[in-house]
Amino acid sequence: MAADEIADMIRTAIPDAVVEITDLAGDGDHYAARVVSESFRGLPRVRQHQAVYAALGGRMGGMLHALQLTTATP
Amino acid sequence: MTDINADGDASARIDTVVKSNPVVLFMKGTPLFPQCGFSSRAIAILQHLNAEFESVDVLQDQGIRQGIKAYSDWPTIPQLYVRGEFVGGSDIMMEMYESGELKQLLDAPSGAAATQA
Repeated sequence: MAADEIADMIRTAIPDAVVEITDLAGDGDHYAARVVSESFRGLPRVRQHQAVYAALGGRMGGMLHALQLTTATP
Repeated sequence: MTDINADGDASARIDTVVKSNPVVLFMKGTPLFPQCGFSSRAIAILQHLNAEFESVDVLQDQGIRQGIKAYSDWPTIPQLYVRGEFVGGSDIMMEMYESGELKQLLDAPSGAAATQA
C-alpha cells in the first residue's frame, strides 16, 4: 500500500486529521503513522487507534501488516 | 506460556484466559522466541517493567488467532490485557511505558479496576 493511499483513507474518515506517514523500511510495507485530530479529545487511546483502523477499512492486520500508530490531539 | 485447551469455542476460551490471569499478552511466538517485531517489542516492555504475565502464542491456534481480533475489536497482535481489560497493542504499550502509565497500571493493587487513559 502506498503511503499516500493510507493518508488519504485516514483523512477521508477523519476530515480534520493531520496525518504524517513515514515509510520505515523503504519497502512500502512497514509504516509509521502519526494522526492528530480534535475528534480524539477525551477518547481513550484504544478508541483513538480503533478510529484510525476503522478508517483503513479492515486493511490493518491484513494487507497492511506493519503500521506503527501514534495518535494525539492538537 | 498458557496452553489453551482446544475444546470449546475460541471466544469462550479467550475470555477464560483473560479473566483468570491478571496480565496476559496474546502474541506471535513465545517470550523467548517472539515471531514478530511487534510481539518482540511488547515482551521487551513487559520484561523491562519486571511484569509477571501469561503469554498465549496465537500461532499455535487459528481459532484464537482470529478470535482475539473480534474479542477486542482490534485488528492486530500483540494484545495486552490487564485485570480483564484490553489495554492495547504494542504502540499503546510503548506510549504508556514512556509516560509511566503502564508501570502504574501493572503495579496497581489487584482489586483496582483497570483504567484506560
